[in-house]
Amino acid sequence: MVAVAVPRRQIPRKALIVGGIVLAWLVLWLVFRNVGTLALDASELTPLHRWINSVNDAVGASRNSNPVFLYFFNEIRLVIDEFVTFVQALIAQPSFGRPVPVIGWLGVVAIAGFVSLAVAGWRVALLAVAGFVFLGLQGLWQESMDTLSLTLAAVVIALLFGIPLGIWAGLSDRANRIMTPVLDFMQTMPTFVYLAPLTLFFLIGPASATIATLIYAAPPAIRITAHAIRSVPHNTVEASESLGATRKQTLLKVLLPSARKTIVLGVNQTIMAALSMVTIAALIDAPGLGKTVVKALQTLDVGTAFNAGLAIVVLAIVLDRVTTAATERRSLPRWAFFGGFGVTGVAVYFSYTYLWAAEFPSEVEIGSSIRKGATAVTEWVQDSLPVITNGFKDFVTSVLINPLQALLAESPWFLVALVIVALSFLIGGVRAAVVSAACLGVLVATGLWQDAMITLASTLVATILVMILGVVVGVWMGRSRRADRFIRPILDAGQVMPAFVYLVPILALFSATRFTAIIAAVVFAAPVAIKIIADGIRAVSPATVEASTALGSSSWQTIVKVQLPMARRALTLAANQGLIYVLSMVVVGGLVGAGALGYDVVAGFSQGQLYGKGLAAGVAIVVLGVMLDRLTQAAAKRWTN
Amino acid sequence: MARHSVLGAVLVGALALAGCGGAKVGDSSSGAAGDCGTFNLAVNPWVGYEANAAVLAYVAEKELKCKVTKKELKEEVAWQGFGTGEVDAVVENWGHDDLRKKYIDEQKTAVSAGSTGVKGQIGWYVPPWLAKEHPDVLDWNNLNKYADQFKTSESGDKGQLLDGDPSFVTNDEALVKNLNLNYKVVYGGSETALIQAFRQAEKDKKWVIGYFYSPQWLLNEIKLEKVKLPEYKPGCDADAEKVACDYPDYDLDKIVSKKFADANGPAYQLVKNFKWTNEDQNTVAKYIAEDKMKPEDAAKKWVEANGDKVKAWLAKA
Repeated sequence: MVAVAVPRRQIPRKALIVGGIVLAWLVLWLVFRNVGTLALDASELTPLHRWINSVNDAVGASRNSNPVFLYFFNEIRLVIDEFVTFVQALIAQPSFGRPVPVIGWLGVVAIAGFVSLAVAGWRVALLAVAGFVFLGLQGLWQESMDTLSLTLAAVVIALLFGIPLGIWAGLSDRANRIMTPVLDFMQTMPTFVYLAPLTLFFLIGPASATIATLIYAAPPAIRITAHAIRSVPHNTVEASESLGATRKQTLLKVLLPSARKTIVLGVNQTIMAALSMVTIAALIDAPGLGKTVVKALQTLDVGTAFNAGLAIVVLAIVLDRVTTAATERRSLPRWAFFGGFGVTGVAVYFSYTYLWAAEFPSEVEIGSSIRKGATAVTEWVQDSLPVITNGFKDFVTSVLINPLQALLAESPWFLVALVIVALSFLIGGVRAAVVSAACLGVLVATGLWQDAMITLASTLVATILVMILGVVVGVWMGRSRRADRFIRPILDAGQVMPAFVYLVPILALFSATRFTAIIAAVVFAAPVAIKIIADGIRAVSPATVEASTALGSSSWQTIVKVQLPMARRALTLAANQGLIYVLSMVVVGGLVGAGALGYDVVAGFSQGQLYGKGLAAGVAIVVLGVMLDRLTQAAAKRWTN
Repeated sequence: MARHSVLGAVLVGALALAGCGGAKVGDSSSGAAGDCGTFNLAVNPWVGYEANAAVLAYVAEKELKCKVTKKELKEEVAWQGFGTGEVDAVVENWGHDDLRKKYIDEQKTAVSAGSTGVKGQIGWYVPPWLAKEHPDVLDWNNLNKYADQFKTSESGDKGQLLDGDPSFVTNDEALVKNLNLNYKVVYGGSETALIQAFRQAEKDKKWVIGYFYSPQWLLNEIKLEKVKLPEYKPGCDADAEKVACDYPDYDLDKIVSKKFADANGPAYQLVKNFKWTNEDQNTVAKYIAEDKMKPEDAAKKWVEANGDKVKAWLAKA
């Protein structure tokens, strides 16, 4: 339909070819249905899976004699352990022979307020103080500080490596080409796959938890920094160079300052990603709020899990607002700086010396009301909504998920592969076709083709939902500051509220099904897409928008003809990140009925003999991610030119 | 400017005054650990295990003056910890023949420390309302008759058999195939998914059949009924592809690290002698899961009521 409306000749022909391919696929699907689907039972293994198991066993058995372990991993572990333990000793754990940490709650609150005041201004400082006090009121002070210590440590290490790498990838195309697949791997390889091996390499403790967190949290910093450097307009860079600036000067004086705002978005995303790992890291004994959530989930105690989840959200919002506000330069009056410094010093001293300032008073608390409230709300939702939601689920499943899955997973594998390669060629030429063919080859090799196709179907449905939400809400937020201010905290909550907290109620609403898994993925992935699109819309020059309005365009016309086309880069980035975030939830989906690759990974984490299969499933998820990513990028390139 | 510094000084002064009251850090000190040393106890993520661990930790701390470090870990990671020296004991082990082979027989970093006295059962369960209204559903021979009722959006035109927790071995796909059942195994993927499914099924009288196990705290709340499968005979599950019989009963046992056992300290003696019953565990699990007591408090309550049992664990030093 779209193609018909465009007067040029070339596009309808392509559309016809695509239509032809799909039609041929449908016909062949009818003929060859359930032939050559490469299905594998849940407990079945391939030789590859067994081989991975044996490698894993061998590594474990040689742990105590292998010099790589003794002199390489051990050193890394020691440094990170020391760092995290030191931060914990300062604010979270009893230390140095004292029954309480060095700095008690009053001191931490004061420091948080003072730092926020210095870098982000009064309003954010108030928010920070209120947020931290709230953590104490929730009755989760120590857990929160443990989580904060671990997150800060992981984020500091991630940024230490991430920002320089990002700048490099922004400046050099070759570095970018090498780094991109590595980052894809880090972001999409499910944590469950490397969680157990990590404890083999770095033992059970803060080091493993920190490394698990930073593997997942560093890529956004690198990617977005690179993206920021690349987005600096060419003529700015050229102007700088024609004025005789050296490369270093251009970088420091032109590129970094103009990219700063976007780089800070990367820092934000890193913090958010780190906080979203809190619960998973708890599975290897990472201290803090994650443990509270995981524990509560054993008895389906949503109230307690929500209380702890809320604390993670509060931490996230405070950290996010402070870093965001820090982009705008401001100067604090001298008296305020020194006054704040003095008060903070006194507060820290008190919290070091007196018990009342060291341990958060347990008499005042709102944690139990939050728990009760959340439990009541959950019960209400579970009792009254399933009638509607189950119908909705059945509808979407039979109209959208089942047909797509039948087409992908019940066709012979070579047919699907052929179709995908052909479509890739049409979208991105020979190169895209080669990449897709290679990815499909790896999928076949993992022995999990059919599971991969089932997961692909769900992923596509989830990504479509994410983009719909992303464009609708993103445009709204981009056009209205007030909407932005109101919606942003909800998005932050969606991104960092541990999925484990809302799994219980959504399981009640939609049962253990593929649809439930899709909903969980959308809750997690939509915020990223929405935020990126909102920022993109806002970045469209106001002059252009005004010109369009002055020419008599309606709001709708302005959005469709001006703002969205001009925010194309943001849209493609959103689609891309949305997809990757959806894929990173495949495993959580496996916990609520998605089956397929997600379940394979979960089972691999839980059962030794399925480890190899779990790893293969993890690789399959990565490969799916790479393939979809390259395809969306190729399509985007075509579209943005 | 001057006014502001005065204000600052007043503020600081006020804070200083407020600080003068109150106990100082370090006023009271806690007692030091005894000769037991540190006891690294793995805590696997289910309530029954938590009950075992809570009671053991309580006794070790109160009676033996050990410094107990609880480490919350999944089974795989916990067993791996025997080798790296970070875990001393796992105190409720469900079979796990693969782990036994790897860590006890091959790597020789772990040894068994005997039964916990708790019997574990795995099988197919239905909600009580269903068992009451259609008692014949409890025999596998009648399952095909009801396949239509168990249909869901995930199982297509077959009945749904909800599997769940990936931590345990399941033969369900082979069972469905070999017993010629018109069912499809759907992987819920977590204990949470299973519990939610059964809770809702009982509340709304929905048809659900799924994989579950006892002891489990949910059974205190909802008395799920076990479906009878062809009787288990030793060896009938030898070939995973051809299984057509029920799951065996599990004697849940304790596994400890070799080093811990060789040192033969008081904590090891305690773990070795620890033995109780399904009812005991259910009692403590109920305190934790339903009465929402802290594990320490739940353990305290049980220990105080069962002094004689605890004494038996400590006697044979």
